[in-house]
Amino acid sequence: MTDILATQSLAKKARRKGLSERAFAWALITPALVFIAVIVAWPLLETIRLSFTDADLGGENWVGLANYEKMLAGTKFFEIVGRTFFWMVLSVGLKLVVGLIGATLLNAAVPGRALFRMLIMPPWVIPIAIGCIGWLWLYNGQFGFLSGMSQRLGLIDGPFEVLAYKRSAFYAAIVTDVWVGTPMVSLFFLAAMQGVSRDLYEAAWVDGAGRWYRFRRITIPQIMPVIVSMALLSAIWTFNSFEIIWIFTQGGPRGGTTTMIIDAYKTAIGNFHFGEGSARAVAIVVILGAFSLMYLQVLDRVNKHYGVK
Amino acid sequence: MLIDRYTLWQKIGIYVSIALFMTYILLPFAEMFRTSLSPMSRLFSTPYQLWGDNFSFKAYSDMWVKVPLLGRYIWNSIYIASMVTLITMIFVIPAAYAYARLEFPFKTASLGIFLSINMFTGAVLLIPLYRVMHTLGLLNTYWAMIVPGAAFLIPTGIWLLRGYLEKIPRELEEAAFVDGAGRLYTLRRVVLPLAMPGLIVVATSVYIGAYAQQYLFAITFNQVAELQPLPAGLNQFIGYQSVEWNQMMAAALTGVTPVMIVFLFLQKYLVAGLTAGAVKE
Repeated sequence: MTDILATQSLAKKARRKGLSERAFAWALITPALVFIAVIVAWPLLETIRLSFTDADLGGENWVGLANYEKMLAGTKFFEIVGRTFFWMVLSVGLKLVVGLIGATLLNAAVPGRALFRMLIMPPWVIPIAIGCIGWLWLYNGQFGFLSGMSQRLGLIDGPFEVLAYKRSAFYAAIVTDVWVGTPMVSLFFLAAMQGVSRDLYEAAWVDGAGRWYRFRRITIPQIMPVIVSMALLSAIWTFNSFEIIWIFTQGGPRGGTTTMIIDAYKTAIGNFHFGEGSARAVAIVVILGAFSLMYLQVLDRVNKHYGVK
Repeated sequence: MLIDRYTLWQKIGIYVSIALFMTYILLPFAEMFRTSLSPMSRLFSTPYQLWGDNFSFKAYSDMWVKVPLLGRYIWNSIYIASMVTLITMIFVIPAAYAYARLEFPFKTASLGIFLSINMFTGAVLLIPLYRVMHTLGLLNTYWAMIVPGAAFLIPTGIWLLRGYLEKIPRELEEAAFVDGAGRLYTLRRVVLPLAMPGLIVVATSVYIGAYAQQYLFAITFNQVAELQPLPAGLNQFIGYQSVEWNQMMAAALTGVTPVMIVFLFLQKYLVAGLTAGAVKE
């Protein structure tokens, strides 16, 4: 015991010889902080400033809240916000459900699972834009697989352009977004499932608990912390999901797939209304920030409920 | 073990479900492959034919002629993602160590700031980011794609790696201090070797992020054809008159295959590493 104490105080002394703990800590995080400050924080402040100007290719003048007033006038903006939340909730919900099913399947003790675990990687590791090219061709009404096979099977009479209609374009983008997001969710859930102690399952099994019961009462509660933190990360990414919609429809047809990020990009980069676009970008940050804070409150409660510190 | 035994019907159910799941995951790749084998005339013929007898690998040789820089694009993608990973890790490792081990003022607050970066994507900040790139003189260089890519991946990297570093027993560092080792020496020679599995997981996920999301920065900050990554370079198969779909698919598949193969085999370590990170002590 005294040995340990002596060692610890020695260690403290040894540490004091060098930099103080504070100074050393700041020396370690400052490079990352500066990097982030230049590439993210500064542009963010600029975005806020620009949102109060009428900046375009010509120049910029202070216009106060005009951009925000313009944005909030009418119902269009609220429609887009509503659509964005619908997009996020539906897509994240599907990613979690499909991801959970996928993880459960990949965790099943059947021959070939090592191979299946490998084969779910591709949608995650390839560039999103390239995955989109594959889906674009699948959705093609004249020559694509989905429309073509449906015609041959007699499900539809003529070619169906999936991306040409508001509804079908929206759900097509959801299907692709879920496709991109599911492998990562699956692998994280799979990892969490493998971290659950086998003793729990065996004890329940000895007591005669069936598979479904064990899944519901052991697996789900045990991996709940991973599920809720994955849900938040996934929600933020999905909210800002840009490339899929942009490559598929650029927000069309007739605004049917315009989410907040598409709206902001289109206004700023497409139409060169930097000021108005910035106001929309600020709106995204505010709404996402509020959503995350609320979610973290819920997360805290869930963690307490399941006894995670 | 007995607990793992399935009835015949359960087995059938599992395999059918896996087959459905895999179909969803792999269908676009199958369609891309089929398209890459089809001559253009067949692609644009109706009714739809799933399989034809005039399939050939011609597109796989034609594509290099149609887009001479294709090899360069494939390489650029890998190079950019590698540089992003390297730079991200250089910034992530010290910061993650500080958050895992040291006490300092504003620790929680500054970590919160890092994590909130996740809420912004490049698409939101493009205009001012363009100006920053312009000011730094990075437009139309590799750095224009590497620097923003790294900035947006640093926060998640810190957060992930911190979890791994927290699990390394403190006693080992104390022992090194007792032996008179300095802080940096301890970090380099004691902590990092022990954290290797965690470092591999974090670097792998950073690489995936960097490789998957290089489209937007490339089309916005870079106009030099020789520097474009694959997703942006594929645009060259889109001509004024027609799109060479079969060659484009062939090029896309050829381009991602090397990286995909590496990750297929890394998957095992990734899951093992994630498991280690997920277990709280």
